[in-house]
Amino acid sequence: MDDRQLRQVIVAALREIAPEITDDELDDHRPLRRQVDLDSIDWLRFLVDLHERLQVDIPEVDYPQLSSVAELIAYLRARL
Amino acid sequence: MREFTLPSLGAEMDSGKLIEWLIKPGEAVQKGQVVAIVETTKAEIDVEIWFDGVVGELLTVPGETVPVGAVMAKILTPDEAPPARTEGVRQRVSPAARRRAAELGLDLGAIVGTGEQGAVTLADLDAAAAGRPVPQATAAAASAPRPAPAAGTPDDRYASMRQAIAAAMSRSKREIPHYYLAQTISMARAVDWLTAQNAARPITERVLMAAVQLKAVARGLAEVPELNGFFIDGAFRPAPVAQIGLAISLRQGGLIAPTLHDVAAKPLVTVMAELSDLVSRARAGSLRSSEIADATITVTNLGDQGVDSLFGVIIAPQVAIVGFGRLAVRPWVTEAGNVAAVPTVTASLSADHRVSDGHTGARFLNALDDWLQRPEDL
Repeated sequence: MDDRQLRQVIVAALREIAPEITDDELDDHRPLRRQVDLDSIDWLRFLVDLHERLQVDIPEVDYPQLSSVAELIAYLRARL
Repeated sequence: MREFTLPSLGAEMDSGKLIEWLIKPGEAVQKGQVVAIVETTKAEIDVEIWFDGVVGELLTVPGETVPVGAVMAKILTPDEAPPARTEGVRQRVSPAARRRAAELGLDLGAIVGTGEQGAVTLADLDAAAAGRPVPQATAAAASAPRPAPAAGTPDDRYASMRQAIAAAMSRSKREIPHYYLAQTISMARAVDWLTAQNAARPITERVLMAAVQLKAVARGLAEVPELNGFFIDGAFRPAPVAQIGLAISLRQGGLIAPTLHDVAAKPLVTVMAELSDLVSRARAGSLRSSEIADATITVTNLGDQGVDSLFGVIIAPQVAIVGFGRLAVRPWVTEAGNVAAVPTVTASLSADHRVSDGHTGARFLNALDDWLQRPEDL
């Protein structure tokens, strides 16, 4: 899976929680949770969704490495 | 024969509009089954029936607005009814999915759901819309108006929700003499304990601090029952257990406070699963009537939004609301007398002074603090 496909998976998982977001208004380098207004329950649901789509486990200690879409892509790429 | 009436769906709701019946005359119904979808000022609600029987006659027609307590259907008791037809498995569709299907002009009956128990999900609808053959365009079809959405537009919904919140909050501030207390609580033990627990669990069973806090509130209320119940007709009626209303903000604005039942008696993992389910269904617009009406206290948590503390407005006829701010690392004097950087949370209580005094409220916040110091016992 390349980075573009990974981004598509991330956006699809985000849209399950925030259906109003669109591809082009999502800035890959801005803090994701603030940009999309995800609270801790949304965030956990989003990670569970990613886990189900990609079979990647994301421990809590890794949350600080996942602040933006770009960071998420890099993190997931390294674990697929 | 028994009558099925429109149940109360919250303190400020005196009527509801029937969107759709999910039952037909002659069909057997079971206690707890969702039988109708009713629109209130705040949301579309899946209304459940509270007894077993066989549907006799449906009296309310879709689109009709009826007052709370109005007889909507006649239900035959199992002994008076002719043998009931057994229906095939009913298609499960949330109100949000129903709306999306109407917007997309899709026939729900033709869609195979891939969600839980075969539920039709929003993704199923998008897939069906994307994959559907493009109809032969005729001049008439091209100029036909889009199918009307099942409910009001999001703007209408937001405006009526704003009015419902305004009515409830104005009534509260007019009638209830609030008093307010706050206490900053060390969360060092709770954070350490939960971090260790979560490290050993798969992501699907991960528990958030919000669930730990809810459980601690329920346990604390068992020790200070004067804050849990209703003020009705000039008297306090305590409730036997805490049914916790959870203030949930909606993405399109506004908020709704559905109920988590019997929190004290449930394992933490169950509380977490129900919390997550309730939040996602509240935001998707598919709550059940049993989750709307009977909270005995409310908890509001603005920690994720970064506020330090908040003081809620009581939802009548409840007599208290508990607020949590963010989990913040603050300087703290430890038991050994040293100053350390410690995760803390400021918990608050707004309570009805007709029913309790500050002393009682303080006992509750102390009990809450005590429970959060021994999370393994929750």
